[in-house]
Amino acid sequence: MTETLSPAQPLVVEEGEEQRGFAGTNVPRKEDKRLVQGQGVYFDDVKRHGMGYAHFVRSPYAHANITSIDVSKAEALEGVYGTLIGEEVAALTDPFFQLATPPGAHIKDYALAVGKVRHVGEPVAIVVAATRELARDAADLVEVDYEPLGAVTDARRALDPETPVLHEEAGSNLSWEGVYEWGDVEGAFAEADHVVKISELHFDRFNSTPLECDGAVVEYNRGTGQWTIHTNNQFPGFAAIMMGPAMRTGLDKLRFVTQDIGGGFGNKITSHPQLVACCLLARKLHRPINWTEWRTEFHLTMSHGNERWFLDTEVAVKADGTLLGFRTKALDDAGAFLRYEPLGGVIWAQVTPGCYRWRNVRLDFTQVVTNKAPCSPNRGYSRMQHLWFTERMIDIVAHELGLDPVEVRKKNYVKAEEMPYTTPNGCVYDSGDYARMLDVALELIGYEGLAERRADAESRGKLFGFGIGSTLDSGTNNFGQSRLINPELQFSGNNEVATVKLDIFGEIVVTLGTTPQGQSHETTAAIVVADILGVTPDDVNVRAGHDTYWNSHAGFSGTYASQFAVTGLGAVKGAAEKLAGEIKKLGSVILGCPESELELADGFVRMKANAEAALPLMACGAIINANNAGLPEDLDVTLNARYVYRPPFELPDVERKYGNLTLTYAAQVHAALVEVDPETGVYEIVQYAAIDDCGKRIHPQIVEGQVMGATAHALGAATHETFTYDAEGNLLTPNFYDYHVPHAMDMPPLKTGYIESPSPFTALGTKGMGEGGGAGIHAVCAALQDALAPRGRPVVYDSCNPYHRVWELLQDPEASRRRVEVISK
Amino acid sequence: MEPQTSQTITVTVNGETYEREVEARRLLIHFIRDDLDLTGSHVGCDTGNCGACSVIYNGQLVKSCMLLAVQADGARIETVEGLAPEDGKLHALQQSFSDHHALQCGYCTPGMLMSAKALLDANPSASEEEIRKGLQGNICRCTGYWNIIDAVKAVAR
Repeated sequence: MTETLSPAQPLVVEEGEEQRGFAGTNVPRKEDKRLVQGQGVYFDDVKRHGMGYAHFVRSPYAHANITSIDVSKAEALEGVYGTLIGEEVAALTDPFFQLATPPGAHIKDYALAVGKVRHVGEPVAIVVAATRELARDAADLVEVDYEPLGAVTDARRALDPETPVLHEEAGSNLSWEGVYEWGDVEGAFAEADHVVKISELHFDRFNSTPLECDGAVVEYNRGTGQWTIHTNNQFPGFAAIMMGPAMRTGLDKLRFVTQDIGGGFGNKITSHPQLVACCLLARKLHRPINWTEWRTEFHLTMSHGNERWFLDTEVAVKADGTLLGFRTKALDDAGAFLRYEPLGGVIWAQVTPGCYRWRNVRLDFTQVVTNKAPCSPNRGYSRMQHLWFTERMIDIVAHELGLDPVEVRKKNYVKAEEMPYTTPNGCVYDSGDYARMLDVALELIGYEGLAERRADAESRGKLFGFGIGSTLDSGTNNFGQSRLINPELQFSGNNEVATVKLDIFGEIVVTLGTTPQGQSHETTAAIVVADILGVTPDDVNVRAGHDTYWNSHAGFSGTYASQFAVTGLGAVKGAAEKLAGEIKKLGSVILGCPESELELADGFVRMKANAEAALPLMACGAIINANNAGLPEDLDVTLNARYVYRPPFELPDVERKYGNLTLTYAAQVHAALVEVDPETGVYEIVQYAAIDDCGKRIHPQIVEGQVMGATAHALGAATHETFTYDAEGNLLTPNFYDYHVPHAMDMPPLKTGYIESPSPFTALGTKGMGEGGGAGIHAVCAALQDALAPRGRPVVYDSCNPYHRVWELLQDPEASRRRVEVISK
Repeated sequence: MEPQTSQTITVTVNGETYEREVEARRLLIHFIRDDLDLTGSHVGCDTGNCGACSVIYNGQLVKSCMLLAVQADGARIETVEGLAPEDGKLHALQQSFSDHHALQCGYCTPGMLMSAKALLDANPSASEEEIRKGLQGNICRCTGYWNIIDAVKAVAR
């Protein structure tokens, strides 16, 4: 379906200044050698003697009371080691700590269902047996009696008086609500020449479906009371603070170990309930427990992305296309439990005005629970939904008022000279030039020749569309934003840890607190260390993965929320500089000169003025570690440096919901060309361009890889990927047959480009950039709206547009047009 | 007579011959991963869609979650562990995947490599279109495939 394949060489818009060292070069990825040989170690590769395999018994009902559970037949089967049910969990653990204020705070969430199930697939019991197959067989012998209840699957009905209530303790299906208002919204609407009203937009439910599902191998040490949890959880810091209090144990009893993780995308943050269940089983059955989630289980239960409605939206616009403000009601469907929610209720505010200079904003946020899988972070978490909404507003306004979407964007983008730019809610966009990125995107997509392409497509009977998605990937959270949803929470700031040591034979060993899932931390950390210590990345050994025993982690350690290039590499830089300082201190004693006259280069500490007066790093390591007699008593050198990076954050103002919520703002401008068959609604993305600006790039190839991955996720979500439920709460897409992720045949011709706007706020000028903001969803929606315009100007109102939805827009454009109204003065 | 629930099989994997008693219902992928401890091949779905478990079976590409271990009795199987020659170098495809950044988390990579190898074994000068078709049975969630296709193209003659 595609004519070209290779992304064009990244378009260099601006040459970075000349820099010595490896930063900015594509050194070979350190992770690859083991991974291409099948020598990675993912959790399910960990084997233990006498290990039992866990299989979950899951609810077939969306909402039901559990009247009885009988595990006796399962336990009687030879080879079955034991079981766990909700009643035991309720006795042995406390409900997980809730982040919400009431009513959400009253929700009781345990590792297994207690008394009631609230979504299809919710774990009810666990059977552990000698083999995977036997555990599955035995799970079929567990007898559970249910008393089915009515289900709520439509968030818009969740608060109706006759709707069944999921959590009686909470009183209703409301989990959290808050009003956000900044600027002079009434004034903006009074000043507006046009008010564009959009009654309903819907951001669909999907997730990034990492290829490896969740799981763990959990061991319990009876002597010390400590659990070792080999798991692919991507945010052990968060898992630990959820699990410890629930399990009534100190965090030191929870050792997390990870080497390789088969993709995460945020979806592996909230596996703590299952991990608790495995911990209880390991202790109860005196044996290591392997829990390997099946694909269907992942789809049924884990980390769906937040589904969100935007209701009664109004946009205030001047006649010349200047955007003054907007107001809307965001209705968020959290699914059955609040595992990371209601943080989505504030995370969106990191990008309140999107890329635009909107100064007056009101957003009423309401979050409800429904009988669907719990929502948790998914690549672009909560900002993607909001950015899709802002981009939809731009294109709908442009189409309704007859304005050019390119010009509306350029007119309203935050300008490069306004950086750092403070948004209406106090976030500080650190750097960037969105208009310039748009120019690059237009060049790569062939904007000049669009009229010809359109004519060509039309001559073949196709509808032709062009669309832009411009987004921000806000990175390095200020966890103080959690207080905007619950002022009692005692979280703020952020941190990450690294250690760098020089060992006896000159080995440079780096440990990280992060849990990478393909983001190449070993490679980029090695580059940063190599440049500081004057060695090559090959000389730097970065330990793979995470282990609590390394003592190289802090409260927010993990790999999530687009931050490694800032927090992780900030910690690596700090530790490497500390080590470099110690090496010089030692060098000054041995070489007998002031530290200021020394430099680190080519594997030596040496005199700048006389390269012959040099001590190899290997000698430094040997002296301190194994040959230290006679050194000055006050020489404070260990050659084992630990550094905690802490970004500069203040507490946000809870009353005004105002403050800087993230440190960096990477930007994306994507452009798509589509051709639509007007008879069937089948469409093809015929050309695609993705421009990224993440500040200084440590390893351009890795950055481009993340851009490509985020693009692929967005295109999947825009075209096919959806978690669709029927009215009874059955998931209709519980596996890769029904949930269509992109395949090699599906990918459009792609061109990538970039500009570099270094962040003034970070140690290396870098910005986190892994999530990508979902720009592809927005670009495809915009392109479809453009393509369909000649057929009755339908309004693209959903983030997911499979062919049948496009066909519906073509068949009945008026139905979608009823969502839009323009009131002009 | 009791139905037979297990069987002794003889399988040659990457040139080494193994004789093992296996449960009749054990999937080939679990035999490879759990019984032989060759954990390079992965499991990414339960429906035969993802291809993370792809291996070469008597010269033919198969998804090893779609076969029972007993069906491999007498078979010759190649997995990712057997791809690199023994001189410490990587196979051309492995090197090309690394050069082109055709992997991130690495979970799909072993299956992807085996698919690519089967494709190029059968069609050493595969075109881009043929490569896309040849890899459509393998899901990657990290890369968007562009770099994978480039990596295979670079090895195709």
